[in-house]
Amino acid sequence: MEWIQQLINGISLGSIYALIALGYTMVYGIIKLINFAHGDVFMVGSFIGFYSITVFNLGFFPALIISMAACALFGVIIERIAYKRLRNATRIAALITAIGVSLLIEYGVIYIRGAQPEAYPDVFAYRTFDFLGAQISIQSILILSVSVILMILLQFIVHKTKTGKAMRAVSHDTEAAKLMGINVDNTISATFAIGSALAGAAGVIFGVYYTKIDPLMGIIPGLKAFIAAVLGGIGIIPGAMVGGLVLGVVESIVSALGFSLWRDAAAFIILILILIFRPSGIFGKNTREKV
Amino acid sequence: MKKSKFASLFLSSSLLIGILAGCGSGEEAGTSSEGGDTIKIGVNLELSGAVASYGSSELDGINLAVEEINADGGINGKEIVLEKVDNKSDAAEATNAAIKLTSQDKVAAIIGAATSGNSVAQVQIAADSKTPMISPSGTSPSVTVADDGSVNEFTFRTSFIDPFQGTVAANFAANELKVKNAAVFADNASDYAKGLAASFITDFEKAGGSIVSEESYVAKDTDFRSTLTRIKATNPDFIFIPGYYEEVGLIVKQARELGITVPLMGADGWDSPTIVDLAGADALNNTFIINHYSAEDPDGKAKEFADKYNEKFGKAPNSFNALGYDTVYLLKDAVERAGSTDGTKIKEALEATDGLELVTGLYSVDDKHHPVKSATILEFVDGAQVFNTKVNP
Repeated sequence: MEWIQQLINGISLGSIYALIALGYTMVYGIIKLINFAHGDVFMVGSFIGFYSITVFNLGFFPALIISMAACALFGVIIERIAYKRLRNATRIAALITAIGVSLLIEYGVIYIRGAQPEAYPDVFAYRTFDFLGAQISIQSILILSVSVILMILLQFIVHKTKTGKAMRAVSHDTEAAKLMGINVDNTISATFAIGSALAGAAGVIFGVYYTKIDPLMGIIPGLKAFIAAVLGGIGIIPGAMVGGLVLGVVESIVSALGFSLWRDAAAFIILILILIFRPSGIFGKNTREKV
Repeated sequence: MKKSKFASLFLSSSLLIGILAGCGSGEEAGTSSEGGDTIKIGVNLELSGAVASYGSSELDGINLAVEEINADGGINGKEIVLEKVDNKSDAAEATNAAIKLTSQDKVAAIIGAATSGNSVAQVQIAADSKTPMISPSGTSPSVTVADDGSVNEFTFRTSFIDPFQGTVAANFAANELKVKNAAVFADNASDYAKGLAASFITDFEKAGGSIVSEESYVAKDTDFRSTLTRIKATNPDFIFIPGYYEEVGLIVKQARELGITVPLMGADGWDSPTIVDLAGADALNNTFIINHYSAEDPDGKAKEFADKYNEKFGKAPNSFNALGYDTVYLLKDAVERAGSTDGTKIKEALEATDGLELVTGLYSVDDKHHPVKSATILEFVDGAQVFNTKVNP
């Protein structure tokens, strides 16, 4: 009974990691950039959702959609301003820029509205279901279902649409894709737009589930989502989903065993172990570098 | 060309600032008169920065008290003049402010800072310049007692100390709520919470209860469900949660969501309107907090203060307002008994304070400069803090 509850706790937490990790993994898959500003897009999405609900009196779903749209735009702007001109620079230069963008967003938001936390309003009447003696809240079910739906939608976009086909082509070989008449810049922007929209959705869901949001809230979930992406195999979409869920459940189990203070450490130990023993992740195949 | 323009602008503006600063200090020097008909009191508070709400609340209380005392003829016929310095919620700034107050302004005593850390930062300056310093709300024992156990001679405080809150919580749980099995869920990142947890555990066991579960969390966490599930499995009748409102709000909410209905209790770290937003008014029902003061306390002195405060500021006072107000009266009492503004004499008078009637309760000082005073227990009812009982030491 206690264990079912812990599993539910873990899956709810993991779904949020998974949603953020999906965006990480997509961007990495296409331009091999670890976008450290992704966690901050998540934070911005959370605030946009918050203001949509409190200032414009919107419900959860309109707020979710506004936040996703605004974050998509925000992601594209970040890409166009900060990353585009570094496309042919070394990867470390792009990585450092990403860290800079991350700090700029965090402290920019603090400058605009201050550092004090905000409490998300209750958009759902709180209800729980008794499931084999464990309490499942409506929010937990919502988080999981939104995550799964968005992942399925993402898989559909990547595998069934023209944009998705272009993304896969750019990911496979940018130069060859260009020769085949694919607009690489637009494809990369589309990737950022989709990835950032997912982060925005995660931000709103996080606010509804955990109540407290603040300008620095993106840092830890951002890092955890990065671990989730690496765990599942960075660049692989189902891998990010599974990685997120596994990480969430592992963290809950660590707390359930009475090591709550070790929870963050456990996540980073997973990162280190996976990088040592299976750098391509759970779903990754070992590919040889083309010469 | 451009560069030289910039340089000349910079030069001329810095010159201007220099002239202005010169004027400012000249003016100050003109009015400061030692041993005249005024008493200078330094105020070193967090008026900006992370905990600005504590400092500015206390300043409101201080201003009210000074206004009253001056209207009433001052202390020994001398009017109080406040020298206010903002320490920006930063320990280094607090030290600088204390140096300025003691060496430049030559104040008779310093009020502040609001937090323990910023108060500790001034201890050495107070001792070196023999200027008594009273922290209105520094609850850590380290404000008045050094690491080696010796008393910091020139430092005092108005609020009670952390271990006392743990004791009050333990006695309240065992005697008033009559619970037998308690769990403790403490913030492992703060000395405040750890100190409270330790004294709660000792005293609850002394009162005949048993601790069924002891868990901790780290500040800035947002997910407490796993640990709360673990606590729930041990079936406690009561959970003591020392910590600050940002995390506690989430803990209370998540605990209620997991079906934990037992009474929850915390200390003055819970005291913020934000906790109601975070946890929700429903979830906060059946929770208790220990505090320095309640605006609803039926006691005459507290009621009178609440009315006066309400009249001036148009709202009910909080504990920081009351502590700031009390600190001025504590100092007034000492200066009157000392009959002088000499630092050492004020210090000796403060040490002899016994049974002084203040808004936050009857106040006496023990040999560690810790106050011996009562604590107020409040209960959250539909999001409002309702006065429950007053506990004497």
